[in-house]
Amino acid sequence: MRLLVEGLSARRGEDLIFNDISFALAPGEALIVTGPNGSGKSTLLRVLAGLLAAESGRLYIDGGPTGFKHPHELSHYLGHRNAMKRELTVEENLSFWQSFLGDSPGGAGISTAAAGEAVGLGGITHLPFGYLSAGQQRRMAMAKLLVAHRPIWILDEPTAALDAGADRLFSELVAAHLERGGIVIAATHQPLGIGQSQALQMKGFVH
Amino acid sequence: MIALFFRDLKLAVRAGGGAMLGVLFFMTVVAVIPFGVGPDLNLLARIGPAILWIGALLASLLGLDRLFQAEREDGSLDLLLMQETPLLLTVFVKCTAHWSATGLPLVVASPFLGLFMNMNELAIGATMATLLAGTPAITFIGAVGAAVAVALPRGGLLVSILVLPLAVPVLIFGISAVYAAIEDPAPFLPPFMILMAITLFFAVIGPVAAAAALRHSAD
Repeated sequence: MRLLVEGLSARRGEDLIFNDISFALAPGEALIVTGPNGSGKSTLLRVLAGLLAAESGRLYIDGGPTGFKHPHELSHYLGHRNAMKRELTVEENLSFWQSFLGDSPGGAGISTAAAGEAVGLGGITHLPFGYLSAGQQRRMAMAKLLVAHRPIWILDEPTAALDAGADRLFSELVAAHLERGGIVIAATHQPLGIGQSQALQMKGFVH
Repeated sequence: MIALFFRDLKLAVRAGGGAMLGVLFFMTVVAVIPFGVGPDLNLLARIGPAILWIGALLASLLGLDRLFQAEREDGSLDLLLMQETPLLLTVFVKCTAHWSATGLPLVVASPFLGLFMNMNELAIGATMATLLAGTPAITFIGAVGAAVAVALPRGGLLVSILVLPLAVPVLIFGISAVYAAIEDPAPFLPPFMILMAITLFFAVIGPVAAAAALRHSAD
């Protein structure tokens, strides 16, 4: 399975945010998107996640499982917001996403308890999500990536609000996902410490 | 999908969920009417069904704006939009959960409030039946308004204004069915059937329109 992007461009209002971006990612490959604030990293990731319409170009999956029309159906998206409910416990949040998302073909998610362990917060999944600190909330949002299998991970500033230890832990999670044949697209300012990866430098407005 | 239904139900009954808010508002509206109208029992019995229906309509509009806005604020809406499952099914399930948490309590509370209005058993029964058949339509119509106003910071009043004209037929046929049941010559079934038809119609149109609005609200 390969993720192919050809001549992608996106517009916000009058401005062309980026133009003619093409890349191809094979299983086990990562794309690191870098660039200054406002250069269109998040916009690119939202286009890839199917949340914004592309102005031109196309993205598709070559040789993936049948029955999926768009790559976003096979993707996890971790945006700036954590997509977890403050009123529910972490356990309830994770098990909701586990059963709502379901597994993509070719893999299985791990249990919510194991996902809590994997992000180093195994003991506190019984707490309401709103009680956790910003860093802990971010880690639990990452645990969401593990409870349901998706071959493609789209990560927008995944390590914001994390300490150095959690940074490392997250790099390990991403590396393990790549090892299993996953694809990762991440926008970040800090290096994620992933071995084999392509880089995409966003430059900003094209008027 | 069942997981989504139960999650929304849980959120509605937890602190800050606002499931009971609608019922409290409903009670407040109906409870102050006798004080305003005065102790004319016959008059109260005559306007009772209409007051209950108007109270229920306003109470159902109360929490509607949060239906998708809460999902958008914490980023859950993005994930709901990305899935392979059709969005209109997701919207439909969210509507049924919302109705179970806010609409159903109104139906359950209506007989007690009917006593406030000096209504007889037949009138209370007919009001309950029409509310049960009619309030889902208000939720489905409201979902469209909520989806249109999802990106607005204070969309609450706007949703009510957008939704109210479409909800007026529900009110008209709901109340006329109740009066048909208690006043002899008019038959009960035709307006009641039309009320149910309206609910079924909006159960189909509402999620489709709301899903389309949500797709275009993405930013």
